[in-house]
Amino acid sequence: MSLQQSTSQTFGPYFHIGLKPIAVRLPAGAKPVVITGRVLDGDGKPVSDAAIETWQADLAGAYPVQPADGSCPATSTLAGLGRAPTDAEGRFRIDTYLPGRVAAPGGAHSAILQAPHILVAIGMRGLLKHLVTRIYFPGEASNADDPVLKLVPADRRDTLIARAEGGELHWDVVLQGAGETVFFDC
Amino acid sequence: MIEVYRRPMQGTQPEYRFPPYGSTAKRAPTRPLVMLPHTLSETTGPVFGHDSVKASEFDLTAGHADLPLGKRIVVSGRVLDDGGKPVRHTLVEIWQANSAGRYRHPNDGPHSPLDPNFTGCGRAMTDAEGRYRFISIEPGAYPWRNHYNAWRPKHIHFSLWGEAFTQRLVTQMYFPGDPLLPFDPIFNCVTDTKARDRLVSSLDWETTIPESAIGYRFDIVLRGRHATPVDR
Ligand SMILES: [Fe+2]
Repeated sequence: MSLQQSTSQTFGPYFHIGLKPIAVRLPAGAKPVVITGRVLDGDGKPVSDAAIETWQADLAGAYPVQPADGSCPATSTLAGLGRAPTDAEGRFRIDTYLPGRVAAPGGAHSAILQAPHILVAIGMRGLLKHLVTRIYFPGEASNADDPVLKLVPADRRDTLIARAEGGELHWDVVLQGAGETVFFDC
Repeated sequence: MIEVYRRPMQGTQPEYRFPPYGSTAKRAPTRPLVMLPHTLSETTGPVFGHDSVKASEFDLTAGHADLPLGKRIVVSGRVLDDGGKPVRHTLVEIWQANSAGRYRHPNDGPHSPLDPNFTGCGRAMTDAEGRYRFISIEPGAYPWRNHYNAWRPKHIHFSLWGEAFTQRLVTQMYFPGDPLLPFDPIFNCVTDTKARDRLVSSLDWETTIPESAIGYRFDIVLRGRHATPVDR
């Protein structure tokens, strides 16, 4: 049996009514990291109605596993899930942590590990389906060998790596034009 | 072996750039997307438990001093993956305008009035068969500025997580026979009529509550998994 997948539709400008901010839960012993940035459109104007959704591994590079028996647990495990809306100036802020390294494509059989990263979905008015991108961390030696970064043209890789600025990390989302952020077909 | 998610089927998903929907012009990426292989980051997602919704949150007509204005409706259906397997115990979130077509949002208005008895936000979990159910009121159509005399057909926004980040879906449910549907660029963002029809709910006598609420059925299909051998 094969069913046709439902068509994606825009988050629209009023998603805030249904999609509330989600604070990332820091695992015990995690190093807190603040990531701030702006979302900018093709005219360089701030996008004030975007939702930034983030998903990241724990300190060991592991993710929660859905119950194998299909049961519903009493308590949710949202783990490294976050959601932050942009403000009137297009700014967002993610209070999070440096995740561990996740196995590369090939799964548990792969000896290669990915560099620490955050998977990001971005929805807004004017996007009929959400954008997918990643945030990598500056100064990580493993960035050089990351199998996903290697798929990205070398001159655009820096759009995925946050910049260290005054104790925080900065990462802008440029939707179009010079410095356009790399988005993935996922 | 690593389990990956099937690619979206031809014609089911919109392009980012879609000129009839004006605000895609400055927001759609202009550079080619980079193909992302599915790693654990993409094939995992949050686990939703019973604590993720309050029992009352499925009923958008409750929780206020009085009932909201408008025709009461029951919106229910199943969430399946493209292999026909129910997506069990997953979070379904909805938001919508009131019966006059106004959102309780600071940036909406003043084209029509707020309803003090309607917020327009609901949450529910699917059961072991992938079924969900909401009680609400029929939202109104509303004007927007996409083109001259543009009106959005009546719709309810849906957000689903599925079991993996790759299954994430935000979509909209429409109402059968809405005369505004042929003119709406968001509804018409894909050319495949079967895909569009899937976004339109159907009148459902089984869930209609006599003398109380009209039932609409809306099933949702998320991307499914398949196991792929991996070269080592
Ligand atoms: Fe809407």
